[in-house]
Amino acid sequence: MSSNYLDIIRPGINTTFQDKGRDHLYHIGIPFSGAMDNRNYLIANKLVNNNLDFPVVEFAYQGPHIKYSGEKINFAITGDVIFSIKKNNAEIKGNCYQSYQIENGDEINILSTNKSVYGYLALGGELDLKFQWNSCSINTKANIGSNDGKKLDTGQRINFKKINSNKDVKKINYINNKIENIRVIKGTNFDYFSEQGKQTFYEKEFIVSKLSDRMGMRLEGPKIENIFNTNIKSEGLIKGVIQVPADGNPIIMLSDHGTVGGYPKIGAVASVDYDRLVQMAPGSKIKFKEINLSDAETLFKLYEMETQNLLSQI
Amino acid sequence: MIKNISNLGDAALYCDFGNEVNKSINSQVIKYFKTIKEKKFEGINNLTPSYNKLIISYDLKKTTFKEVKKFIEKINIEDSEKTKSKTLEIPVCCHENFSMDIKRLEEILKLSREKILENFLNKEYFCYMTGFIAGMPFLGDLDENMRAQRLETPRVKVPKGSVALTEQFANIYTFESPGGWNILGNTPLDVFDSSKEEKPNLINPGDTVIFKEITLDQYKNYNE
Repeated sequence: MSSNYLDIIRPGINTTFQDKGRDHLYHIGIPFSGAMDNRNYLIANKLVNNNLDFPVVEFAYQGPHIKYSGEKINFAITGDVIFSIKKNNAEIKGNCYQSYQIENGDEINILSTNKSVYGYLALGGELDLKFQWNSCSINTKANIGSNDGKKLDTGQRINFKKINSNKDVKKINYINNKIENIRVIKGTNFDYFSEQGKQTFYEKEFIVSKLSDRMGMRLEGPKIENIFNTNIKSEGLIKGVIQVPADGNPIIMLSDHGTVGGYPKIGAVASVDYDRLVQMAPGSKIKFKEINLSDAETLFKLYEMETQNLLSQI
Repeated sequence: MIKNISNLGDAALYCDFGNEVNKSINSQVIKYFKTIKEKKFEGINNLTPSYNKLIISYDLKKTTFKEVKKFIEKINIEDSEKTKSKTLEIPVCCHENFSMDIKRLEEILKLSREKILENFLNKEYFCYMTGFIAGMPFLGDLDENMRAQRLETPRVKVPKGSVALTEQFANIYTFESPGGWNILGNTPLDVFDSSKEEKPNLINPGDTVIFKEITLDQYKNYNE
């Protein structure tokens, strides 16, 4: 154990440790979890010379205020985030997508995400966290993962197992582009909805509701009319599936979703748009655009190439 | 047998075994699930068996819909190893401290408390699937005269261990969670234990479950 650690002065609203998540446990009721915005998670780790699958601190809206103790390390923040670094009573404004060195007694104060939801804080080294099913991603609903499956709290101390010897400072030019059109593939219960319901789904605007979290994104707007049955026999769900319950308001399943559900599925968000979807803050407008399977596959391949390309530039 | 394979989004196969809910269809789903798991096809990750569907998720970085579909169509479920299913006895206490919806059930089912318990206890139920929340088993089938709808307004918090009924199924809330099922009793058993990574679930699809009544005293002393 190294003598490097973090003290949580203020935890923020929904601050957890996340990594690549768990991809093989749906059958026992355990969802994917993991970093919501995968691209920003990977970039954060790369900026501090970590392995790409190391856990990071994920925060939503307001982030944590942290005091660091120990030897010099690097940290980096990704997303669209406003934060400051406090060194010897001098406070400087930080920029995302570049790494900074911090030393004993320095503080990182993550004030908020800017018109987005999630941000990532990577620290150069390995935190001493508990792994469950090869992941320390916290699932607060089932209390699974590191930190007893709970959000970070005031006064907590997080130890490092070791810190990185490579302390090169890195930077990349990257801008999170915002999208309004979310591409979707027709769902398995698409025909449960009336012609008008289908039209509403593809042509009208929806607003992201405040009742959105890591489990799901609720949308408000025109009601989608179901003419067949507002329930189905419970069956499996995946990330990005859009269910429409009896009230006609769509809900998009996100990384901590319940593994089975009984509402008709009108569509599923194309994987290429998932990282950007989760960043849409309450109040944002969403429009769905239909896309076929093969286009979705091609677009994802391009997105993945772009991610790899970004990582190789760091 | 699988009646139709389609895609759910761009990273999952949707295998449809029909619309009926019965043991024989569900056993097929479970056989497919176990066989696919054994074969470890590159790129396939999550598998979600339910009453009459099997959803096969895959990593779009490693494979595609076409490849996974081809693999599934070629699978012969007969070559899967005989998988063991077990019969489990689950202690349940139906004392008024726990049976939060007994009055409602008496009214809906038009049966007395005694009759409801007699109909429910000491019978074999089949585990169709686990999920929604970690480890929650969906057990069936309840007798025809025991079938009630969900609560109109779901509870925000259902206590851990609650044994509850809806339609033809019984389930067990493996931890405190929101929920709308009719609560009949509570089990002191840990039906889901995340510290046991190999086998976190006490009850798995294909298992048989029998509920045995225990008294409040037995319940209180259960874990001592």
